[in-house]
Amino acid sequence: MDNASPADAAVAALRQRLAADENVLCTLAVDLDQQLRFASGLLALTNRRLLSLSAGGEWTSWPTVDAGGPGARALELRYFDHAGVGTLELHDPSAEPPRLLAKWRFTLGADVHALRLVRLFGRQQREISSGSRLGVTEPEGAADPRAALCGECGLPLPAGSDICLACARKPQSPPSTWVLLRLWRFARPYRYQLVTGFMLTLASTAATLVPPYLTIPLMDDILIPFQNGRQIESGKVGLILGSLLAAALLGWALNWARTYLLALVSERIGADLRTATFEHLIELPLDYFGGKRTGDLMARIGSETDRICVFLSLHALDFVTDVLMIGMTAAILLSINPWLALATLVPLPFIGWMIHSVRGRLRTGFERIDRVWSEVTNVLADTIPGVRVVKAFAQEKREAQRFRDVNRHNLEVNDKLNKIWSLFTPTVSLLTEIGLLIVWAFGIWLMSRQEITVGVLTAFIAYIGRFYGRLDSMSRIVSVTQKAAAGAKRIFDILDHVSNVPEPARPVRIDAPQGRIEMKGLGFRYGNRSVIQGLELRIEPGEMIGLVGHSGSGKSTLVNLLCRFYDVSDGAIEVDGVDIRRFGVADYRRHIGLVLQEPFLFFGTIAENIAYGNPSASRAEIVAAARAAHAYEFILRLPHAYDSLVGERGQGLSGGERQRISIARALLINPRILILDEATSSVDTETEKEIQRALDNLVQGRTTIAIAHRLSTLRKANRLVVMDRGQVVEVGPHDELMARQGHYWRLYEAQARQVDTEEDDREIEDSGDLRTAVATSQMAHAAQRAPQQSGDA
Amino acid sequence: MTQPETKAVAAAGSPVFQLMRKPSGRLLFSGADGREHEGVVPVRTFPLTAPDEGIALVSADGHELLWIDSLRNLPGYAAALLREELALRDFMPEITRLVSVSSFGTPSLWTVETERGDTVFTLKAEEDIRRLKNGALLIGSGEGVQYGIADITSLDRTSRRLLERFL
Repeated sequence: MDNASPADAAVAALRQRLAADENVLCTLAVDLDQQLRFASGLLALTNRRLLSLSAGGEWTSWPTVDAGGPGARALELRYFDHAGVGTLELHDPSAEPPRLLAKWRFTLGADVHALRLVRLFGRQQREISSGSRLGVTEPEGAADPRAALCGECGLPLPAGSDICLACARKPQSPPSTWVLLRLWRFARPYRYQLVTGFMLTLASTAATLVPPYLTIPLMDDILIPFQNGRQIESGKVGLILGSLLAAALLGWALNWARTYLLALVSERIGADLRTATFEHLIELPLDYFGGKRTGDLMARIGSETDRICVFLSLHALDFVTDVLMIGMTAAILLSINPWLALATLVPLPFIGWMIHSVRGRLRTGFERIDRVWSEVTNVLADTIPGVRVVKAFAQEKREAQRFRDVNRHNLEVNDKLNKIWSLFTPTVSLLTEIGLLIVWAFGIWLMSRQEITVGVLTAFIAYIGRFYGRLDSMSRIVSVTQKAAAGAKRIFDILDHVSNVPEPARPVRIDAPQGRIEMKGLGFRYGNRSVIQGLELRIEPGEMIGLVGHSGSGKSTLVNLLCRFYDVSDGAIEVDGVDIRRFGVADYRRHIGLVLQEPFLFFGTIAENIAYGNPSASRAEIVAAARAAHAYEFILRLPHAYDSLVGERGQGLSGGERQRISIARALLINPRILILDEATSSVDTETEKEIQRALDNLVQGRTTIAIAHRLSTLRKANRLVVMDRGQVVEVGPHDELMARQGHYWRLYEAQARQVDTEEDDREIEDSGDLRTAVATSQMAHAAQRAPQQSGDA
Repeated sequence: MTQPETKAVAAAGSPVFQLMRKPSGRLLFSGADGREHEGVVPVRTFPLTAPDEGIALVSADGHELLWIDSLRNLPGYAAALLREELALRDFMPEITRLVSVSSFGTPSLWTVETERGDTVFTLKAEEDIRRLKNGALLIGSGEGVQYGIADITSLDRTSRRLLERFL
């Protein structure tokens, strides 16, 4: 069964309609009807016909096999999708005129099944028209006994791979709300310290409960008799006061010990959490980073872990202490006088509940303030990095107005909240007073009946005053827990994100690849947009391929797929005849050298940057790589040569210099496959020539794929591959393609005309490398650690 | 799904063109120059801010053939054909009620009622909710379908409360 979905009943119904020798090859649950309303239907391909169950419960079928016999008209099943809706159309192309027989629509969750249906249908039709194996098409799995089936959904796995395409793309199940308990994974290593901390908490809480208890003898045995005219027994007074002091000192020491110990532990848990999150994050595939804002990720690892840490060390701890205290106090009160204890404790839950409900209203208010506040920072984050544009278009006033507007909004929301907020503290004290009032009243009544002494009542008042005071902070636990849980959720979002570029379970070793690349029926979908479809390409070892086409034609995507930054949605890329998904990811990428348009230099010395891919490289190797990359001479001109520091983005070096360092970096790892993604397009023509010479050294003897906007830079390419809308439209050497006067010729001609205007554009772009960091309070810290170093001072 | 082969000729004042649906289901366009293009697609240039204005007819190879200022200026049949085609291209069910969400964390499964029937979709991340003007929202589901909410304030209380946790 292909779809474990609401369509199960439909599948059961389908089984009953089948003829005796009829086999279901494939089913597809469709979830939209013709009018694009949500309604479930079913489409099934058997070895005889195509069956469809409409949302209204009607079955329709089209014979696909019995219709005519060998050589009969073939039907066609066409698949396309747009805006998240897939469409299957059944066509009869041989009718006069060609007709559309039926169509089905579904949301793209089902597209893997739909594509499989189309594939099987096409195969069946081909077999019929060729007259072979009439109508005995087997399901894919059975046709090839070696092909394994996915354990979860039953679809055949791609050859030689153990990752199911359908399941890999399924959304992961949502995290549970008990996410905080998952922090236990990080707390486990510190469990002994935690137990010790808990014991200390218990002891210190007990110590703080001693003083109110001592007020009973102080009142009943000393003060009241004194008022009644008796002498004060100084020995007894000394003893009680001494015990009070001792209890205070003991409480102080215990409190210090447990706070220190638990702060120590929670800080370590926080640190472990941060490290684990970053380690996981850096392993995630590129598309994860594409979908997230850098600031957001920084905030998650920085401030969210901190928030969790504070929650553990402060709020959770306080809460536990409070609960313990209330429990112990209740026990003590009950042991002294159960009736008065009852009167004291009964209002407690009500008061707690009232405080909590006021807090609840505040919480939504605070959340709104958080949101408005992020709008304020958004305006900043938008405007400051784009300040050149703002100034160039003289829109300072508008931006100022925009900021004023969000700020006013911020003010309004705050004003509204402050109304409730200012009511809060007085309310808490009012409720506390009322609680005390009840105790007083009941206490006096009990005293009048001679059931308790003044001392007992005083002790009760002392106890109760303490924990009414704690109710406020206890009521806060709900919201801080929620905040910490939200933080923990955001952390676990990262930790739970399963790489969609999975490591194979049994990776194939890749030692010295030849560098033959084959792309077979490649398809790739980004979100709901199909970027590459049905791409076929074969690249021989050592060949240099120039990839050209309009921007958006899928060149960079193809390169990303080859680097395995993403995995293909359909088809396969093979290197030396092995699907790249079967190699270990890092192992495979070691053989790929990548030179990008915007070379990124890490903070460190030039030597470290060149040796980035192989930190153990010897100095001689580094120098050799720099020489080959034509970077040698300008490095020598720097004050500290190879030991010069380069900054965040290699400030202090020109674009061409940075690019040559990145070429040296690629040379040093001596890759078999080399990818140049617009490596020369961000520099002027003069620099381009220098880079070109460096590149000529680099490409020698390597399988090279070069993307270039400027076609003139691809002169050395053995073949040019022209891409258009995700497909290869032309392949061949420059002269041949020019002679053909097709796509390439048009591109080339257009560029020859545009060359002048383009140069002008580029100069403006180049000078625009102003990157202003928006130092929000959280990020300022991080920003300070990455000083903008230039070559050297 | 086959349509009668009625031809629609634009009224005077707007560009002269003919539009019809072939039995194969595709749109056939013949412009003022008499050339025929099969498989043309209408594209809304401002699908969110001005859905009925500024519609471009684009040929199968991606070139613009015709600019239509407003669907209202077109003769009924052509407008109907285009609306039919646009309904698929800009499939964006309007959410009328949130029934439940599986969790306030993401990914979260949302059970919703839309003007096109009930469905369930995955919200992959909070960033997939895009705020438009006047309290309108655009929600991109993990399955690739975009859902719209015209006005948060017109939703019922439960839906609003659920939604607010994600905003």
